[in-house]
Amino acid sequence: MKIDTKFLGEMNIEENEVIQFPNGIPGFEKIKKFVILPLESESPFAILQSIEQTEVGFVIALPFVFKKDYEFDLSDEDKEELKITDSEDLITYSILTLKEPFNSSTINLQAPVIINHKQKIAKQLVLQYSSSNPLCYPIEGGMS
Amino acid sequence: MLVLSRKKDESIMIGDQIELKILSVDGEQVKLGIVAPKDVKVYRSEVYESIQQQNKESLNISKSLLEQLSKKNI
Repeated sequence: MKIDTKFLGEMNIEENEVIQFPNGIPGFEKIKKFVILPLESESPFAILQSIEQTEVGFVIALPFVFKKDYEFDLSDEDKEELKITDSEDLITYSILTLKEPFNSSTINLQAPVIINHKQKIAKQLVLQYSSSNPLCYPIEGGMS
Repeated sequence: MLVLSRKKDESIMIGDQIELKILSVDGEQVKLGIVAPKDVKVYRSEVYESIQQQNKESLNISKSLLEQLSKKNI
């Protein structure tokens, strides 16, 4: 199917690439269908693009690239909600907030986006605040 | 909004599985005890609100920022 994207123009995506967010994501609770679009080959960044609302497109990246010891607990309820049977099916992304100057951009480690890529179900977790998973973690340092 | 008055050690039930208990009152600070099933998420509302806010802010991406991003490598 054809979709309009926020950054990459019109794109053709397959139905089986669509990821369902049954609860939407905080701030956009009604938007439930997204796709992940690679930004460029070899880029560590990707776009989490709503297929329902073109302007809803986030820049995402693997959090472990920016914080090697990043970790959090996934509760049994979350596992159930995401229909996870094998942790291999999981992939974790974090949403970036880009700012000028670029070096002041941050990555959200308090609310990781967890995707069961086999079942195509996802959610943005809300973790309790701790100093090891801040809402605005500077990306500077992880970047060259 | 339903408004109820409670004293220390009194509680209210939300449905038949969620109990909110007033543990202590000290000036402007109220300490609440919450008993809820595991699948009910409980967090301070400002935590959820701060994430909603951050997500909205994350959508503000200028062309220039995106171009800078595509030049970056780890």
